[in-house]
Amino acid sequence: MEEFTQILLLFISTVLINNFILVRFLGICPFLGVSKQVETAFSMGLATTFVMTLTAAATWLINTFILEALNLPFLQYVSFIIVIASLVQFVEMFIKKTSPVLYKALGIFLPLITTNCAILGLALLIPLNGYSFIASVVFGFGAGVGFTLAIVLMAGLREKLEFGDVPGVLKGVPVTLIIAGIMAMAFMGFSGLISM
Amino acid sequence: MALDLKEMFSDFKNGLWAENPIIRLVIGMCPTLAVTNTTENGLAMGLATSFVLISSEIVISLIKKLIPANVRIPSYILIIATFVTFVDYFLKAFYPGIAESLSIFVPLIVVNCLILGRQEAFASQHSTPRAIADGVGMGLGFTWVLVLLGAIREFFGMGSIFGLTLLGEWYRPMVIMVLPAGAFITLGILVGIMNYISREGK
Repeated sequence: MEEFTQILLLFISTVLINNFILVRFLGICPFLGVSKQVETAFSMGLATTFVMTLTAAATWLINTFILEALNLPFLQYVSFIIVIASLVQFVEMFIKKTSPVLYKALGIFLPLITTNCAILGLALLIPLNGYSFIASVVFGFGAGVGFTLAIVLMAGLREKLEFGDVPGVLKGVPVTLIIAGIMAMAFMGFSGLISM
Repeated sequence: MALDLKEMFSDFKNGLWAENPIIRLVIGMCPTLAVTNTTENGLAMGLATSFVLISSEIVISLIKKLIPANVRIPSYILIIATFVTFVDYFLKAFYPGIAESLSIFVPLIVVNCLILGRQEAFASQHSTPRAIADGVGMGLGFTWVLVLLGAIREFFGMGSIFGLTLLGEWYRPMVIMVLPAGAFITLGILVGIMNYISREGK
């Protein structure tokens, strides 16, 4: 029971308090690039969550049983990025075979996930925080949910902004960044939710 | 292979303003926002990224004919990851303080879209000297924005620049500037100002 509470707290804190985009600054590129429409933003979030959960499991296993066991920490970055790239490729092939509808919906976003720094960041944070296997998977899933939350909220705001009267020089990226800043301020309110 | 200095200079200049990675192309945003809470961190991040960018552009422009087109992206990433590991160990050994405050953003240089993007768009198609010019220009273009952003945030957030206190006791620091929210807002305003300047120039 004690352990279950810990895991639940970890999940909530990953989604809200240490939100990957708004607090840790991981995954800003898709956050700015793919947040024009709620629908595509949601698909992107979904795909990222999927890859993040798998990455967390795969990199934990590799780090614990291969890199640490054989004392090869200097190969960490190289091996993590290969794992992520092949995982994304594998997921792409798997989805293409089993669910062509979903594959079509995700489209170009799937291969682009490889260079999303949120994924590699996740893989690097796990050994840094010393999570167990289950905690790592929950951390990965929570990070994905937090990512989806932030990107969908942003897309919703930007859809409304289409009709707003934004000064010419601030159109596009600048105003998106300022909105993100206000969202980050709002998310700071969650920091008192639980203390870990 | 004749050295065309004029061409090299225009490649170099390109990265500073016309195609500045942060302001114009809006790539490499994660480190830009995350590590610019102080001027020193911004400078260190800019230099580390520039080193990786220039070295991998040199290597890739040298061996571009040997890399099969189908596996070029994984090959680029492997080359980049090797240089990043090098920088990471160098920082940990000689500047442990900086390595500590940049934390995971040093290894994350691997997936900085700026670096992979330049390999794909430039180094894989041009000669080595031009690739060096491009790398130096882009690296400097990235660094100056990072330093400026770090300086603004440190000045308002802590009343100092490069750790030197400039504003006296009377100044009440705007803590928001060194927090994540301040990063987004400062960069948003900065990009807006740059847009304004380049529009005026036309």
